[in-house]
Amino acid sequence: MPTHDVLNERLSEYLDNELDAAGRAEVEAHLAECGECRADLQALAAVVARAGTLTDAAPAENLWPGIEARIAPAQVLRPTFARRRFAFTMPQLIAAGVALMIASGGLVWLARLGGARTDFPAVLGEMSSPVRPANFGDAAFDQAVADLQQTLDAGRGRLDAQTIRILETNLQAIDRAIGQCREALAADPANVYLNTYLAETRRRKLELLRRATALVDQAM
Amino acid sequence: MGVVVGTGDVAGSLTGAFLLLRSEKQEPRVAPRPAATADCVQQAANGDVRAFEELYSIHLPRVHSLVRRMTGGRDADELTQDVFVRVWQKLGSFRGDSAFGTWLHRLAVNVVIERFRTDTARRQRLVDGEAIFETLSAPPRRRDISMDFEAALEKLPDGAREIFVLHDVEGYKHTEIAALLGISSGTSKAQLHRARMMLRKHLR
Repeated sequence: MPTHDVLNERLSEYLDNELDAAGRAEVEAHLAECGECRADLQALAAVVARAGTLTDAAPAENLWPGIEARIAPAQVLRPTFARRRFAFTMPQLIAAGVALMIASGGLVWLARLGGARTDFPAVLGEMSSPVRPANFGDAAFDQAVADLQQTLDAGRGRLDAQTIRILETNLQAIDRAIGQCREALAADPANVYLNTYLAETRRRKLELLRRATALVDQAM
Repeated sequence: MGVVVGTGDVAGSLTGAFLLLRSEKQEPRVAPRPAATADCVQQAANGDVRAFEELYSIHLPRVHSLVRRMTGGRDADELTQDVFVRVWQKLGSFRGDSAFGTWLHRLAVNVVIERFRTDTARRQRLVDGEAIFETLSAPPRRRDISMDFEAALEKLPDGAREIFVLHDVEGYKHTEIAALLGISSGTSKAQLHRARMMLRKHLR
């Protein structure tokens, strides 16, 4: 016959109907003689019953802003986003890079073919004035990129290697897109799509750099 | 829940004593599913942040309570945020084979367990923590027994608390817990019994 301690250890299994017939018989024989184990068994049953009646409650803090900052696309982020928490996931960054490469290559190719202009009537419809060719030497853009790049370079030691690698891959993809746009625009300076796309790609680069520097700030 | 009152399973010498026997396993608890949930899931999966916020509002109490109980309250807010960020990232893989609440719940459990796995001291805490017996020995003083029970739950050793929450609160089976935590079913049973024995003092 197992000892009291051994049988006491089996009380939960007995309570949960997880003992075989022989095991149950041993425990029940012991329970018939041991008041301490009977009391424990009753208390264990009460614990199980109480566990099933626990109620759920929301946290005191509002957790949504922190979640939104990590999941929301750029357009729903408020202007103060530089001080908010951002987290880049690999799928997000990879998807962004791949999408950008495909989109940039595809659009430049389409623009060169001259067959894509009617694909975006809404954009064209908003262009009531002659297209303003992209200014490749836009000083404000170059200065902003330079400042952010400098901040990023200074703080890259605070980012993990994987984040840096993905970040650089995306920046390279954006730079390639910008380069392709510029090449195409050299041949067709008034092309609506190329100018629009170049501006959008530059904006993406700035946004990516801002987010990256926000990550650096966060890691400080 | 799966608890019944019975008198017939014990020997005649136990006349007068009663036992609460768990006649069947409870199913994992599932958050309430309003009719709008399915639409919200679909919209959120398509990138609608507002729809996802609605899902968050519906399931927050359930998820946060699960996280808080499993972690003993440590970093519960941050982990809850991690859960919902993970849900957002994984929404595309939700196929509707199970209820969204069940899917989310399982994902939440996995996020918490992943966090524990990064804690190198966890294994040790699974077998240590005897001093907790002392800290839990005092009977509850407050009138709110439920709060005392929750407070006592937080003080359990990590391993015992995880298993108690998964088994007795969430309705997981020992085999499922063993698979989730990378332990044997026997260890799960032993830790569950240990947790219950600690907590029983708070119901007297």
